[in-house]
Order: sequence, then C-alpha cells, then structure tokens
Amino acid sequence: MAADELRSLYQEIILEHNKNPRNFRTMEDSDVSVEGYNPLCGDHYTVYLKLEGDVVKDVSFKGSGCAISKASASVMSTMVKGRTKQEAEALFERFHDLVTGKPGQSASLDDLGSLAAFAGVSEFPARVKCASLAWHTLHGALENKQEAITTE
Amino acid sequence: MIAQSPFAQTPSKTIPLDVERLRRDFPILQTSVRGKPLVYLDNAATTQKPRVVIDALRRYYEAQNANIHRGVHYLSELGTKLYEDARLKAQDFIHAADWREIIFVRGTTEGINLVAATYGRSKLNEGDEVLISGMEHHSNIVPWQMVCGERKATLKVVPLNDNGELVLEEYDRMLSSRTKMVALAHVSNALGTVNPLKRMIAMAHAKGIPVLVDGAQALPHMKVDVQDLDCDFYAFSAHKMYGPTGIGVLYGKSALLQDMPPYQGGGDMIKSVTFEKTLFNDLPYKFEAGTPNIADGIAFGATLDYVQALDWTAVMHYERDLLDYATEQLSGIKSLRLIGTAREKAGVISFVLGTIHPHDIGTILDQEGIAVRTGHHCAQPVMIRYDVPATVRASFAFYNTKSEVDALVRGIGKVLEVFA
Ligand SMILES: Cc1ncc(COP(=O)(O)O)c(C=O)c1O
Repeated sequence: MAADELRSLYQEIILEHNKNPRNFRTMEDSDVSVEGYNPLCGDHYTVYLKLEGDVVKDVSFKGSGCAISKASASVMSTMVKGRTKQEAEALFERFHDLVTGKPGQSASLDDLGSLAAFAGVSEFPARVKCASLAWHTLHGALENKQEAITTE
Repeated sequence: MIAQSPFAQTPSKTIPLDVERLRRDFPILQTSVRGKPLVYLDNAATTQKPRVVIDALRRYYEAQNANIHRGVHYLSELGTKLYEDARLKAQDFIHAADWREIIFVRGTTEGINLVAATYGRSKLNEGDEVLISGMEHHSNIVPWQMVCGERKATLKVVPLNDNGELVLEEYDRMLSSRTKMVALAHVSNALGTVNPLKRMIAMAHAKGIPVLVDGAQALPHMKVDVQDLDCDFYAFSAHKMYGPTGIGVLYGKSALLQDMPPYQGGGDMIKSVTFEKTLFNDLPYKFEAGTPNIADGIAFGATLDYVQALDWTAVMHYERDLLDYATEQLSGIKSLRLIGTAREKAGVISFVLGTIHPHDIGTILDQEGIAVRTGHHCAQPVMIRYDVPATVRASFAFYNTKSEVDALVRGIGKVLEVFA
C-alpha cells in the first residue's frame, strides 16, 4: 500500500525530469522573469519567458528544490512553449485540479500528457505546494508581476 | 580548549535505563501510522507526552476547573495550589534559588521576547551591542533584531566552525564594553551542538555582561542547574520536555527581574489600580498579566514529577550511546553528509543525502512510519553557513531505541532506491 502510493508519487517520468530537467537555464534576453519560492521548505525557482504578443515563444527556469517541484517546473516548461497565455492559464487550472484531487479529473487525463504523472500528488497534501510552485510562478510571469511569488 | 562535558560525570557503573518500560508510559508510542509502527524521530520539534501528563490535563478540566488566584471557593483554591506547586517543581528541577524567579510564559519564544522587550528596551542605547551566536533558533534572533532596531543598537553574531562549534576566541574578542547582553542556545536545535555555557557565561560576566540562555533543547536531554551555570536568564518550553504545549518558564535572577519594567499590563500583575497610578505586583506576578494557562501549567507540574523521577545519569548515558550508534550507522551511508559534528552533542542528527532534496526524503520516510523533520528548522542562518537549502533532522528522546535507528537507516535505503 505505502509502496504503491510512493510509486504513484515518484513516477518514472517525474524522477527522469528531476534528473534531467528540460529548459533548465537562465534566459539572458527574457521579456519577463519572476521568482517563486516556498518559504516552508526553501524551494526556489526563477521562471523566464519570452513572449510574442499573446504567445509564449520560449520558457526556461533555474533554481533548486525537491524532485516534485523541479520535475513539475520541467514538465511545465515543455507544455507551455508555443501556447497562448490563455492556453497556459487553462493548463495551470487543470493541473491544479489534478494535484488537489478535484473529482472528475481521471476521465480527462489523456490529453494532459506528462502532466498526468502528477496525479499521485493529490495523495500527499504536504507536497501540493511543491508541485504547483512553478505554475504559480508562471502565472505571476504571465500577469507581469513585479514581486516574487510565494506559496504562503 | 577544554570543552565542558555534561556527560563528564557519568560514572562507568550506571543502572541501565529500562527503555521498554518507559516507552509504555507514552500512549502514542504504541500506535501505528500508515500501517507501520510509529518511529518518532522529531523530538526536537516537540516530544511525546507520558500518560500522567495527559491524565493531569483531563483531571483538571473534568474535576478541577476554576480560575485561580484571589478565589475564595474550593476549586479556585485547589487550582491555585496545583498551579503554584508546578512553579515550585520547576524551581526545584532547574535548581533556582527562589520560586519568585520562575515566571510562567507560553514557551521559550515568549520568554526571550519578554527579556528583549523589557530588559533590552530599557537598557539598550544607541551604539550598544547584543551578542548572539550563529546557531540560534529564529526565536533567539528576531526579538533581539527588533529591539536593536528600535534602540539603534547592533546585533553581533559569534561565528561557527565547520563542525558546528562556536569559535570561543572570536566570542571572547566580541565581548566588549558596548555589549549589553549575550543570548545563547544551550543546545542547537539544528546541529545538536552543546555549547560550553558555563565557561562562556563566566567570560561574559568577567566583563559585567548578563547572559540569557535558550534552553529549549537542553532540558529534554540533561539536568540543568541554573545556579551552577550562573546564567542570568534561562528560557525553556514544557512541550519539548515531555509536557504540554502553551506553557514554559523564564527563569531570571531576582535582582535583574526586580529592576525590569513589566511586560504586559492587565489583571494579576498589579497590586492596586487607580486611573492616576498603578502599583505593580511583586515577582513573579509582575510578569504574568491576565488569566494564565492554568490547565497546561498544572499538567506541567505532573510533567516535572515525571522527569524528576527519571534516573538522569542513566538517561544521559543511554542517549549518548543512542546518538553515537545513530551517528555511526548513518555515517556508513556513502552519500550522506552530517551537518553538525561537534564534539559535544545532544539529541540531534542533521544530514543531507547527495543531491536528494530533504523534502523528498521526508515524504519517503513518512511512508515507513518514520517521522523526521525536513527544512531549515527555524535556523536559516545555519543553513546558509553550511551551504545547504535544508537538512533532514532526526532528533531523539530517551524513549527512542537502536531498532528505530535501524528503521531509519532502512528507510534511507528506500530513498536511495527510489532515486537510484
Ligand atoms: C533552540 C530553540 N529555541 C527556541 C525554540 C522555540 O520554542 P517554542 O516554539 O516552544 O517557543 C525552539 C523550538 O523549536 C528551539 O529548538
């Protein structure tokens, strides 16, 4: 039981993204960069965006934190590239519903791609903030927030 | 440098601690979490409570509840006696000279804030200094920062060496004519270091500087004698020494306490009130405004009975052995790095494991029923000093066992498997 839950949290995809995070770099010529941190555990990332009108042309992130937060940031970066702000925000909403265990999610996991790997997080309430840190930070960047984003 | 060892007096022939019997005093230790027997290694955050303490709380609310002090009826007199008895027991436990030197507060944090806000605010002036150490808990940093800011005084910090020990030569150098207060942890909650307090207090006193000790992590592991230490203030929390939350003690030398302005105003802390003038009460009530935490105070009395009856020589011997065993077992794990390797330690092992984040380690251990703490342990400057974002902290009490240490080691094995 416990082992199953662990495996559902630390899925291969998550472990792999943690080991080899995508788009893990500072972006010198970004249009927006926003810092996000979780003061409880010290997870700390900066999300960089290059925008063209409403479209996210490029996205990268840098920072440190636990496997869940890092893998989530990595997957996020692969998912939102080339999407419009509205599409990115809609993905965030679905991701948030997924990790907080909102009912009716499993039916529509198919089109979520790698994001679906984070479904197991909902069994670990203490880790929801880890999983959503990068997304909150992205949200701040899309809204062109000047101040750092915190999960508290 | 001769480190003063709290264990130095341990004779070679002690009666071993009957841990299995003691464990039965703590109902929660018989429980399971996530289908596994609870392995509770988060004692530095708060300790578990023996049944006698839980019973005392229940008894108070079921059969003794009344407000105390100034009541003329039976229950009020009974409550007053039980509450005041707890004060006498606390006096006895830390060997204070006078019961009036025991001020009941919410805990260590409030005790330190009380001294900073009264003694600090009335004594500090522009250019003065308060000296703390690099291993302090936020509660022995922020109150001083606040009062220093207000009084234009400066906060100075004694550095740590790579093992997590205070550099005494630096400490000596930093004690100056501008230093108006020294505030030091007895035992570090993040590193486990036991500071050579007696010597450090003597060094401060040689220059006429008073010393406050944050004893939150010392009382659960050792007998403390405030007169022998000769500290001026000593703050601690009941919940970290097997007692209830919401109550603790600020010990202060009466000459200093007498001289200090009150902390909060209200009932109980006054002798007489008119709109023109208020006459403050005597010690310790001058510092205890309002209805106190009666229930937890009384249950703290039961706690003190319990800990007073322990064979402390055996407890310290046992805990030292357990900590040595845990240190040895964990050191055998290749990618594990201990944070805090002072010669004198008590109760705490902090570590990091390769590049695996402590938060992930904590989650996996939790699935095995093992409770540890991960994070900065309210000591962010310590994390910065050792260049880690966070640590995993296993912290022990006398009811922990070597087989629980083995469970921890197995749990770390699982972590390494997941992140292989
Ligand atoms: C060394 C130290 N000082 C102070 C405190 C604060 O104690 P409390 O939260 O009970 O006031 C703690 C508790 O975490 C501690 O470990």
